[in-house]
Amino acid sequence: MGDGLLMDGPSEKVLVDVAPENLMACSECDALYQAVAPEPETLIVCERCHHVIARPRRKAGMTVISLAFATLVLVVAATFLPFLSISVAGVENSASLIDTALAFSEGGLAFLALATVALIILIPTLRMLLILYVLVPIVFDRPPARRAKSAFRMSIALKPWSMAEIFVIGCAVALVKIVDLADVAFGPAFWMFSALVIIVTLQERLLCSWSVWNALEQPQS
Amino acid sequence: MQLVGMERAGTASVLTARGSGLVTCRQCTRVWPMATEICGRCGTKLRSRDDLSMQKVWAWWLTGVIAYVPANLYPMLETRALFDTQDSTIVGGAVDLLLHGAPVVALVILIASVLIPVGKFLAIAYLAVTVGRRAQTRNADRHKLFEFVEFIGRWSMIDVFVVAILSSLVQLSSLATIKPGPASLAFAISVIATMISAQSFDSRMIWDTGFPPKAPQA
Ligand SMILES: [Zn+2]
Ligand SMILES: [Zn+2]
Repeated sequence: MGDGLLMDGPSEKVLVDVAPENLMACSECDALYQAVAPEPETLIVCERCHHVIARPRRKAGMTVISLAFATLVLVVAATFLPFLSISVAGVENSASLIDTALAFSEGGLAFLALATVALIILIPTLRMLLILYVLVPIVFDRPPARRAKSAFRMSIALKPWSMAEIFVIGCAVALVKIVDLADVAFGPAFWMFSALVIIVTLQERLLCSWSVWNALEQPQS
Repeated sequence: MQLVGMERAGTASVLTARGSGLVTCRQCTRVWPMATEICGRCGTKLRSRDDLSMQKVWAWWLTGVIAYVPANLYPMLETRALFDTQDSTIVGGAVDLLLHGAPVVALVILIASVLIPVGKFLAIAYLAVTVGRRAQTRNADRHKLFEFVEFIGRWSMIDVFVVAILSSLVQLSSLATIKPGPASLAFAISVIATMISAQSFDSRMIWDTGFPPKAPQA
């Protein structure tokens, strides 16, 4: 945790003098703190439950934007390229994400087809678009976009449902499952999705929502 | 930068927003007077505690548990090769992998499809049952358990994706075809329901020790 911060507790008396706008609380355990200014390169950790409340970074905005662009390009391109190909006794087949999603549509499992498309293609794409929509004006010192706050809230809500990285592991497992039966090879989309996993992980570490809310509140700073 | 915490005078217990007649915005960490309904900074709906939290948790939990039964009884995959047809369930598929000399992958499947779901059912039930009891001493441990449950849940989707991948890939006309079995739907529903159950859990209740909140201050 490096420079995780320790509290030293003033008594309840402090609170009487502090207006609510100078206070903040942990979203996970409700512990109350005096508000701090967003200073870069510090980790703000809840003293009680160790939840990372904020992780402001200098110049993170630009990096997050580039990574979001990269993700968009990769997801769209990878959707139509094969990620696995198979051949047995001269019969060949390869599968792209679109094929995979549609695999469920035959067996009367339309819900699964829809869920698969949503979890691996639509939600990651939508999330990146929302992040770009919110961050681009902020980073380029423009006033925040219309309804940027709702857009950012939505991007946070979608986070657990964006499952591109889980799909990559699924590919590897699928390969091992049939490697005895046939010649299987990873296609270009598999490598693109693997790159995606790294990009998404990196972006998650850089994107500090607490700093974004601060920026949306004071567009000038 | 210093994060300065507050303590109840003379005791070791940490002062909470709720204990001070304030309501916390879970998105942007600002606090407001208890009666405030919408966060003035980010527009999020404010609730000191989600009163319906436990009902939602149990409802989704039950859905997840019920769906997990057919997920294990019915086949995930229906494999049709030249001369035989083979249905494999979640556990059956893992056993096959083990016998074919892929113990690591068998383990991944068993962890993602059996250990994590069952562990999640037990963990959420334990957390929901213990919430709101007085004199909780292991709050930090229970909170850690909750964070782990929330983090790990989505990884159970691996097996659903494997089914999707194999069904689209192994379409080799007469040689071999793989079709998704009914268990794939049940399993996906179970994973999604359990994820929503964990998300409905208001983790702040883990730390509430039964102190009545102060009356709202106007
Ligand atoms: Zn906390
Ligand atoms: Zn807020």
